[in-house]
Amino acid sequence: MSTAGEQFLRKAAEKSVDLEHRKLIRNAIDHYSGSVGRGRARFLDWEEARQRSHEIKWEAINHLDRYLLEFEQKVKDRGGHVFWAETSEDARKYIADLATRQSVRRVVKSKSMVTEEIHLNPALEKLGIEVFETDLGEFIVQLRNEPPYHIVTPAMHLTRSDIAALFKEKLGNIDTDDPPHLVAAARVALRKAFFSAEMGITGANFLVADSGMIALTSNEGNARLCSSIPRIHVAIAGIEKVIPRTEDLAVLWPVLATAGTGQPITCYNTLIGGPRGPNEIDGPEEFHVVLLDNGRSDLLADAEQREVLNCIRCGACLNVCPVYRTVGGHTYGTTYQGPIGSVLTPHLRGIKEFQHLSSASSLCGACTETCPVKIDLHHHLLHNRRNAVETRNRSRLERMGFKLWRWIMLGPQRFALLGAMARSGLRAINGLGLAGTVLDPARSWTKDRAPLRVPSKSFRALWQEQETTQGKEQDGAD
Amino acid sequence: MSGEKSKQIAMFIPCFVDQMSPEVGLDMARVLRRIGYYPEFRKEQTCCGQPGFNTGYWNEARPLAERFVHVFRSAEIVVCPSASCTTMVRNFYSELLADSALRAEAVELGRRVFEFSEFLIKVAAVTDVGAAFPHRVTYHDSCHGLRELHLKHEPRELLRYVRGIELVEMPHVEDCCGFGGTFATKFSMISAAMGDTKAGNAESSGAEYVTSTDPSCLMQIDGILRRRNSGMRIIHLASILAQTEAPGAPGNVASSHGMTP
Repeated sequence: MSTAGEQFLRKAAEKSVDLEHRKLIRNAIDHYSGSVGRGRARFLDWEEARQRSHEIKWEAINHLDRYLLEFEQKVKDRGGHVFWAETSEDARKYIADLATRQSVRRVVKSKSMVTEEIHLNPALEKLGIEVFETDLGEFIVQLRNEPPYHIVTPAMHLTRSDIAALFKEKLGNIDTDDPPHLVAAARVALRKAFFSAEMGITGANFLVADSGMIALTSNEGNARLCSSIPRIHVAIAGIEKVIPRTEDLAVLWPVLATAGTGQPITCYNTLIGGPRGPNEIDGPEEFHVVLLDNGRSDLLADAEQREVLNCIRCGACLNVCPVYRTVGGHTYGTTYQGPIGSVLTPHLRGIKEFQHLSSASSLCGACTETCPVKIDLHHHLLHNRRNAVETRNRSRLERMGFKLWRWIMLGPQRFALLGAMARSGLRAINGLGLAGTVLDPARSWTKDRAPLRVPSKSFRALWQEQETTQGKEQDGAD
Repeated sequence: MSGEKSKQIAMFIPCFVDQMSPEVGLDMARVLRRIGYYPEFRKEQTCCGQPGFNTGYWNEARPLAERFVHVFRSAEIVVCPSASCTTMVRNFYSELLADSALRAEAVELGRRVFEFSEFLIKVAAVTDVGAAFPHRVTYHDSCHGLRELHLKHEPRELLRYVRGIELVEMPHVEDCCGFGGTFATKFSMISAAMGDTKAGNAESSGAEYVTSTDPSCLMQIDGILRRRNSGMRIIHLASILAQTEAPGAPGNVASSHGMTP
């Protein structure tokens, strides 16, 4: 069994040379970028909207205890249940026990990354419960038995013909690659599930403290069906999803939609406050909210990186990340991919096993530039790297290498001498045509690139020569 | 800026420019002289500490940052032909040296360290340095130049005034070249794939040369272009600006001191 780091390297090597994949993702993201550009232009001041979003989330994160308790109280007042899950295991168990107690045979789900995080589907399936993903993208990857490729667009890596072939194989009765017909086929398959499921499971984009409601955002209307048709509605969300006030949605909804897909506002935005009331004609009989910690309060305690909890899971940092676009979502082997995943995963699942993700970045900063809640993402990658060194999660060779580097750089003459020796060595290797071979000390560079151009003289040597010549000229002129 | 003293410029020549791209430093000095400055090179300098800092070795990088402050503390202005190393000093020393006695001085010094094109436009207030380069050129935005120092128009402005040059933009010009320091060797395949994407974009501009503020980006792009057997070549911004119409170009030393801002 190889480590997560080794698996990442292996998959990354595969995807890095997969030009079809590169082109497919580039096309998808070019389309996204165009929409986002137009979407931002609709704001009077996009930067101000980012700043406001950052402040709202920052206020919430810094008063998480207060806002979560306020939220909980309001939900309970309306007859809802709130469960505090410290771990994935706690959350899974609560939902599984509830399903067993209520004799649930079928569950419909709208898109929720937290349910991916806690691996809910396999836990329910083990109890013999049928689980239907009802977001179209999630439905597709579920049919393929794959995790989501992207936190917002789970099937980004598939072409229309991939999906047509999948539907033909799995759904039968359909042989077309025409998108409206494919959507119609999925709708037929899902409609039955909606009306026969006893339990609907959703995430929550926001937990609104002052009204005790969950805010759900979707483009397909499936979240509303999941939360209103089945007898029981379970919403699960990370504790960082709480926001202080309903009016904050006036900023966060359009900001989430714009950053996520470039839409002015997502098609369906729903506030849900509890089970069906005494005089109401629809809605679930039971309403449960599961608040998941799973490492988040440790992150909250980390003053340096606390703002990572600002994340609203819009996926924008994935789209602009050149590493994500090169290696693709599945290479990460994590629930959350791209820059936010690389920052967050070491906190949720351990720095020892997931620190490599923080090093797999050129620190280009495109993620930080785009983040709608202004998380300093690439800076936090740097913090994770430092933490990995401080917790001795790096190879002895690397640690010794950087001690040596420090020693060399603390002595200008040492540096000049060793530099000259290294250049002579590299020039000899290049001259012998050995660049890129196992004999090349620069092989970690030259195995994927042309040999380095190695000058015979350093700047300091050339400068010294120039000064000497000029000095002589000056002497002559005087 | 006033008086002779302010015409003295301390050059910060990053360690890998010293060892791998010496012409970039020499060309920067030529341009500085041509517009009336007196560049000096302090031999005590080595590395700003960025490779260690970016790889997570903050304890190893810290004494180098302190060393940098000692070497350059007396300089009024420091100019560097790399946006990346400039960023390290200006934006990251405050955090790296958070508990150091030199922190305040480092922050103060950081305000006096300028990337080369930034210095020309913002400090020297020069746009035309008297350069000539009759070629089709595309400019690559280095990430540190673009996102850390917010340099977008400065290098392009300087290029626009070069005699005979034809400037063309490449698609996705703000995408990273994939270098990223130790990332380039730790995750070479990802880095090279990003470089390949960048090289393809640069080639599609139809330019003969790709230029940038950062020798490290150019080293990466060069390694990829040659691997692709591309006809496109790399050249640092300072090396374009050093070339003149006078015979003996590049970087006609004889014509130095000739022009003032």
